[in-house]
Amino acid sequence: MATNTIDSSSGYRVIGTRPIRPDGVDKVTGRAKYGADYALPGMLHGKVLRSPHAHARIKAIRFERALKLPGVKAVVTGKDLPEGENKSVPLGEMSVNPRYLGHNILARDKALYQGHAVAAVAAVGLHIAEQALELIEIEYELLPPVMTVDEAMANSAPILDPELRNEEQGDEPTNIAKHTQLKRGETEAGFKSAQTVVEREFRTAMVHQGYIEPHNALATYGSDGRATIYCSTQGPFEVRGMSAAVLGVPVGSIKVVPAEIGGGFGGKTTVYLEPLALLLAMKTGRPVKMVMTRAEVLRASGPTSGSHIKVKMGCARDGKITAACVWLAYEAGAFPGSPVAAAAMTVLAPYAIPNVLIDAYDVVVNRPKTAAYRAPGATNAAFAAETVIDELAERCGIDPLEMRILNGAREGTPHPAGPPYRRIGFIETCEAIKNSPHYRSELNGANRGRGVASGFWFNAGMQSAAMVNIHADGTASVVTGSPDIGGSRASCAMIAAEVLGLEAEEVRPVVTDTDAIGHTDVTGGSRVTFATGMAVFQAAEDAMRQLKERAAKLWECKPEEVEFRAGKFFAKGNPDAPITIKELAKRLPRTGGPVSGRATVNARGVGPAFATTCIDVEVDLDTGKVEILRCTVAQDAGRAIHPAYVEGQMQGGTAQGIGWALNEEYVYDAQGRMLNAGLLDYRMPTCPDLPMIETIIVEVPNPGHPLGVRGVGEVSIVPPPAAVANAIYRAVGVRLTELPMSPPRVLKAILTHSGQPSATAWS
Amino acid sequence: MTKELIEATINGEPVEFLCEPRQSLLEVLRDVLNLTGTKEGCLTGDCGACSVILDGRVVCSCLVLGVEVAGGAIETVEGLAEGTHLTELQQTFLEDAALQCGICTPGFLIAAKALLDSNPDPSETEVRYALAGNLCRCTGYDKIVRAVMDAAALMRQRQSSSSSAKQGREA
Ligand code: FES
Ligand code: FES
Repeated sequence: MATNTIDSSSGYRVIGTRPIRPDGVDKVTGRAKYGADYALPGMLHGKVLRSPHAHARIKAIRFERALKLPGVKAVVTGKDLPEGENKSVPLGEMSVNPRYLGHNILARDKALYQGHAVAAVAAVGLHIAEQALELIEIEYELLPPVMTVDEAMANSAPILDPELRNEEQGDEPTNIAKHTQLKRGETEAGFKSAQTVVEREFRTAMVHQGYIEPHNALATYGSDGRATIYCSTQGPFEVRGMSAAVLGVPVGSIKVVPAEIGGGFGGKTTVYLEPLALLLAMKTGRPVKMVMTRAEVLRASGPTSGSHIKVKMGCARDGKITAACVWLAYEAGAFPGSPVAAAAMTVLAPYAIPNVLIDAYDVVVNRPKTAAYRAPGATNAAFAAETVIDELAERCGIDPLEMRILNGAREGTPHPAGPPYRRIGFIETCEAIKNSPHYRSELNGANRGRGVASGFWFNAGMQSAAMVNIHADGTASVVTGSPDIGGSRASCAMIAAEVLGLEAEEVRPVVTDTDAIGHTDVTGGSRVTFATGMAVFQAAEDAMRQLKERAAKLWECKPEEVEFRAGKFFAKGNPDAPITIKELAKRLPRTGGPVSGRATVNARGVGPAFATTCIDVEVDLDTGKVEILRCTVAQDAGRAIHPAYVEGQMQGGTAQGIGWALNEEYVYDAQGRMLNAGLLDYRMPTCPDLPMIETIIVEVPNPGHPLGVRGVGEVSIVPPPAAVANAIYRAVGVRLTELPMSPPRVLKAILTHSGQPSATAWS
Repeated sequence: MTKELIEATINGEPVEFLCEPRQSLLEVLRDVLNLTGTKEGCLTGDCGACSVILDGRVVCSCLVLGVEVAGGAIETVEGLAEGTHLTELQQTFLEDAALQCGICTPGFLIAAKALLDSNPDPSETEVRYALAGNLCRCTGYDKIVRAVMDAAALMRQRQSSSSSAKQGREA
């Protein structure tokens, strides 16, 4: 088998097994309802008119002709939205700036990227709505676009938002929304004690999450002021809060019903269409459905930042890293809020480095506002740092995995931005790769090379709620508010089954709407199996406590005298005992009514995740194309509840990391127009592009979770770009410092390296 | 726009529908016939989420017009299972955890069915190329490829046992 698990001697009955997911049959028969599959009687279709320009002042909008088109029911523009406050307000444990959020939903006086929504239409048919868009006239005054962090940070740069200020530049208008600095020790002294110092500069392209399902929303609004939004989202409660903020209506007036979701990877943690559909529903009194096209998804949802990064790192003769300086500038897109602060906190997190200085800049540019993407910020930064570490190891003549083990963070190592780590599994992931059949195999053949790299991600806790209901036949349901994006219904059902002595199949998981369960934060931050899983565990324990009380009532003993073992309730010296949960369930009506366990958590005890990845490549010297020959990823899951879906997360993240490494990028012309807004030219990995992705699940239980869970959704995307770059170096002797490492770029680097004049033919 | 009356066979049943000349087969399936199992990912023929079998060939239903299918036979994901009896492919997709979000799954099942209908014993490379027109962003394809290979093996097993049973009866 290509897959295996390390240390799973858990003693659990259900946890660690691989039952068929409870929503599986619906998803292989076409019955599962995703957002775009919903329809309501009398429904209108909404479409958005988007700016063709990257940076322009909106002088006038004329839509009278569109309104006259038969079948058109409403047109809305930025004037129809209240102006939000320009400050960060808390929303769950996230925070949003209502002004920026609102301006991204519908532009006000300025369009800030190509694709920025300027107006929206509702009509009786989709094609009528499309036709209506063509009848809206907008007068623009073109402004120079600012497309890269370098342009945006230059002294004479055109300013996107004349009101934007940062603490360091006082009252000077700027495109730098924020500068964050992390500092420990004295880097100057650290570099003095180094024997080898490597300093490199990197650039990475803006990339998209690439979920296959476009954004969608269907909203209804009634004369009672109550609204319902059906949509595919990672965060129904965030959709509710953000839509309320953008529209200026009470949070409690909106109910969000989460549909099945066709991928998100962080990109569906915010709102685009939802407030618009609701605004149009409020205007017309009819249900309004909106679905993005793929070009809209690429141009106008939230990709992740392109970046410019500099890394300087030094180590002693024995390979011990003595100091590191990192400079990071990330594209935020049109409004502040890139993940650069997370990048700063993750970039050196796998290592114990005594002297560190990290500077991070959040920079606005005329591109779509970035959103979260799987371990947001970490991948760009790890590409840089992990390439430099590889070079240091090579210069010191140390195996790259030994280099990481030598410098690796362990229990007690201080995190660069926080307290010392509790028990973590970083070294274990390096050891797992070191001992893997892959790393121990020989790689033969011309232009082939093997690279390794590691990654860190915090994982998230945050708020979750769960209910566990005992049915009349002794089976159960578990109700949560966490949309299931990759198998979390299965893990929630398994956790409840473990506690209740049931089979996984006997627990039916339900993902419900925002009115039917306590506040539950996003499906994101690798948090569902950790935090919602913790709530499910506690809710199941609550149900079990109540069941014991009922048994005690039956047997006229104390609840403490009732024990639950191997699926049965016991009480010493009672002739009726033991009974099964099924027998007890029948007697609930006569012992006090239904049993429903509840729990809410604001989960603490998050255990960070580490991954180490090994990749073999072959480079085609004629074309610069890089083929992935073999790939193995080792990741610390803490505890794998459903190992098949843990592997799935590891494989999926790795594939996305490989796409980021080799082909994916936003390509713009000089006017800031995206040239590749389609899935043919925005080139994600296809089935023949990849080999099998071998997985090693490492289980170093998280001491902060009752089952040891860490969360597994994100970290596997972090190592691949650096692992591929390091492999290319081993294959052809060239260090790549720009992403993607697409054929033209690789070829150019090879030709430049070998001093061939034709290098300029490609750019 | 005037609509045309089209007759076709969908999942073995005769169907009549009205459609505008500009409507794609995908739009007809989803919005006119309420067969929403076939998914939309791009509308440009690049993702395969909308794959259906039209007269024995896999097509992107977003690139076919509704009016073009007059007299044709269409198979969609809704027609794969017989009643409550899943096909081997559907079963191995579940057992091998070959779906995460599941939005690509109908398209993969259709493309894989077309492959196995014509090639009962494909190599891994043949599977990968047969699925090259279907994008999955969640799985990295590993478990999908395994599920297709496993289904192929189950189908060969079923066929050889039913043909040996037949031989047994004949003997
Ligand atoms: S929707 Fe038809 S190929 Fe993507
Ligand atoms: S399972 Fe989500 S796109 Fe394939």
